[in-house]
Amino acid sequence: MSAMSNFAETVVPNADVEPVLSVRDLKTSFLTSKGWVEIVKGISFDIGPRETLAVVGESGSGKSVTALSIMRLLDPEMSRVDGSVKLAGRELLKLSPGEMRNIRGRQMGMIFQEAMTSLNPLQTVGQQIAEVLSIHGLYSGQAALKEAERLLDRVRIPGAASRLKDYPHSLSGGMRQRVMIAMALACKPKLLIADEPTTALDVTIQAQILQLIKQLQQEEGMGVLFITHDMGVVAEVADRTVVMLQGKAVEADSTEVIFERAENPYTRALIAAVPKLGQGSQKGPQHFPILDRKTGTIVTGRERPDTVRHDAEPVLRVKDLTKRFDIPGGLFSGPSGRVHAVEKVSFDLRAGETLSLVGESGCGKSTTGRAIMRLIEPQSGEVSIEGTDIRALDKERMRDMRRHIQMIFQDPYASLNPRINIGEAIAEPFLTHKLGTRQQAREKAMDLLERVGLSPDMASRFPAQFSGGQRQRICIARALSLEPKVIVADESVSALDVSIKAQVVNLMMDLQEQFGLSYLFISHDMAVVERISHQVAVMYLGEIVEKGPVAAVFGNPQHPYTKRLMAAVPVPDPARRKQLRPVSNDEVKSPIRPVDYVPPQRDYREISPGHIVQAWGDDWKV
Amino acid sequence: MARYLLLRLGDAIPTLFLVLTLVFIAMRILPGDPALAALGDGALPEQLADFRERMGLNVPLWQQYFNFLGGVLTLDFGRSLLTNTPVLQLIGQNLPYTIELTLAAMLMGIVAGIPLGVMAATNRNKAPDGGMRIFSLIGYAIPDFFLGAILLITFALNLGWFPINGAGSDFVSRLHHLFLPALTLAFVKAAFLGRLTRTSLLEVLGKDYVRTARAKGAKENRVIYKHGLRNAMLPISTGLGLSLLSTLSGSVAVELVFNRPGIGRLLIDAIAQRDYAVIQGGVLVFAGFVVLINLLMDLVYVVVDPRVRVK
Repeated sequence: MSAMSNFAETVVPNADVEPVLSVRDLKTSFLTSKGWVEIVKGISFDIGPRETLAVVGESGSGKSVTALSIMRLLDPEMSRVDGSVKLAGRELLKLSPGEMRNIRGRQMGMIFQEAMTSLNPLQTVGQQIAEVLSIHGLYSGQAALKEAERLLDRVRIPGAASRLKDYPHSLSGGMRQRVMIAMALACKPKLLIADEPTTALDVTIQAQILQLIKQLQQEEGMGVLFITHDMGVVAEVADRTVVMLQGKAVEADSTEVIFERAENPYTRALIAAVPKLGQGSQKGPQHFPILDRKTGTIVTGRERPDTVRHDAEPVLRVKDLTKRFDIPGGLFSGPSGRVHAVEKVSFDLRAGETLSLVGESGCGKSTTGRAIMRLIEPQSGEVSIEGTDIRALDKERMRDMRRHIQMIFQDPYASLNPRINIGEAIAEPFLTHKLGTRQQAREKAMDLLERVGLSPDMASRFPAQFSGGQRQRICIARALSLEPKVIVADESVSALDVSIKAQVVNLMMDLQEQFGLSYLFISHDMAVVERISHQVAVMYLGEIVEKGPVAAVFGNPQHPYTKRLMAAVPVPDPARRKQLRPVSNDEVKSPIRPVDYVPPQRDYREISPGHIVQAWGDDWKV
Repeated sequence: MARYLLLRLGDAIPTLFLVLTLVFIAMRILPGDPALAALGDGALPEQLADFRERMGLNVPLWQQYFNFLGGVLTLDFGRSLLTNTPVLQLIGQNLPYTIELTLAAMLMGIVAGIPLGVMAATNRNKAPDGGMRIFSLIGYAIPDFFLGAILLITFALNLGWFPINGAGSDFVSRLHHLFLPALTLAFVKAAFLGRLTRTSLLEVLGKDYVRTARAKGAKENRVIYKHGLRNAMLPISTGLGLSLLSTLSGSVAVELVFNRPGIGRLLIDAIAQRDYAVIQGGVLVFAGFVVLINLLMDLVYVVVDPRVRVK
């Protein structure tokens, strides 16, 4: 209780101004097969006009449930909300469903994480925005559509009038989130609730959306409840912050104070997970600091030795790798266009080294990984592992070669067969490649389980009995069972929570030390990339535009795209949120070209040893 | 759009061709001699030969096949081996009855099934949902001809509310004759569509955009019908197509039970009498409908779903 009263002091922004939203001791329970389970265990905060409050936490912390409880969007039969939620002084939890409907959309609007699925696929964008206006009786018919057009313009959608008749499927993720914002703000609500609105978006698009929310907030004077797991985003947007852990607020204060002197170790671990781009990493990859939940202290980890074999030949060499996909035209005509997914990509990877491919969706980083594995056949180029060009191998010999190069995928839920116990799953590649007897395979699986931080007696369990982080450990163990030289990790930690992600990344670094592994690490997550990589290659529209040692590329970015990418990454500096930074309003470009397109000859120059930049054309000149 | 249609039509032609071939082969493999069936056991060999000659049954099989295909292409399905009536005329006389039965059954099935499904979905795990489940179980389990017989005995024979057989002449009497057979077929439809609507709607109501609609402050009815049911109509319309096909085939048994004229009856009689020409014509009509319904289903998708429209 003492903690409660503490918050009441720190959480009230300004005693003179009536808060837009005032939440007191909010408790939400769900009806499960085990009876009522409390998910949110007493949360209190206030949000003033023009103020942004961030609620931060990992999945299962109850942050989204808090938002849905405030909107009263939870199924009343399956959930119970207690406490007090006052919007401009009016108690919401006591309102009838009809009264509550008049408030939703009118006085508080909400945007969601999944902009892709949050719009009705059968209605045009215009209809959906007009709907909220007519529900609340502000406009109707043509006038509502006219207003919808004005709103689309306000959320900076180019050519608003023509977009009005578009269906959601023809818009990009960023555009859809803009439409959602237009919808949420259509009736000029007092409060905007944003539930992870940028998590599913590319980092440059995220920067645009965050900027847009800030601008609109200043113009409209509304309060914003911002839910996120990313402390970088918090620093970018929030005046004050509540950190949630297992349904409770463990820390609540102004964002500056939280970043400067957070007391709770959990908060500190969250902050430590945010990248400080261009700093550190001079000493090579270093462990993430890990929160020890029992003692509450943060373990920084020892210094890592240099794992790279500088003298030896590269273990993986990729030269001019090119993969294009034809876009089918009509029945009897040829292709109507061509996706230049990977265009003359070259790099070397030495033993014990980690090279990261970074870039935004559609830049070709995953296709590069798959082309190297020959999961798809590249058009041209060379991929050699320890001097053997694997593109020349026949099926039989390629199968043998796969021993040396293994892959870990993004979704640990989908990449394990639910009907095979994990011991067998790990032993399977070993047996397929006939590396030993069944007994040896079992021993190997036991050993690997231990090495990835699980217990050997878990071998008989099934994937469903493990969490996401544990499953990714299992996938790593499976990849290791063939003792590969190279592991291609395609967004392998992207789906994991911040603290779990840190543990898995640390594990990958430990395994690199033990086995001398090389990683081709494919990711859009700059924080992780900066931690784990020796080298980094930035991909844009299928090409590598800049590559080199992490410290050089992140510390001294040269190519305009790298600069734009770096500028978009949220950093843990709360001072930045006061500034409105110039953010380009461009969409991520598409690598679709006409059939007769011939890629230009590219020039590269070396900035510092190993730091290579592609010469850019006029389209990048501002 | 026109191109898409043409492509779909192009798909239909080989299907029809295949059906024709299968029917032709099946008829020839089945035991029984059409000449004997038409003229009776007492017919003289000369009479039989003469009959075969007239009906083109004395030429080699492959030639019969090509004659048959050629006839279909010129819309000449031949004449009934028994009554010498042109097959096209027989079909023309019987088809309207089958169509009115099928449409009436579909309409009744939709009118009952979809609201039942909505009711079950919006009252999930409560009494209406439970009632719906029992109804659909019965609907699935009970065969058409059995239900038809029960209805016939109860409401036509015992209570005398409805005519026992035939199809009626003027509009009112036709509706009167139509009711029980249509109800028989509609019962299964309603059970099927109700179940399908419930499942599809429940799935859609769990979607993010339904939550968005609620976050807008939309009334529950608007959420359920405008956002929910309209999206659920995509899977339901597939079900409607399938259901229409099964109604069509179900009409065969029902026409028999209620002694109604129709393509089903025509076919059954023709099969009993080895009336090749009529069987081929009747099956072709059914196959044509199946192809047409599939085409319509594709079209419905194009109209309803903007995502298909672009392709």
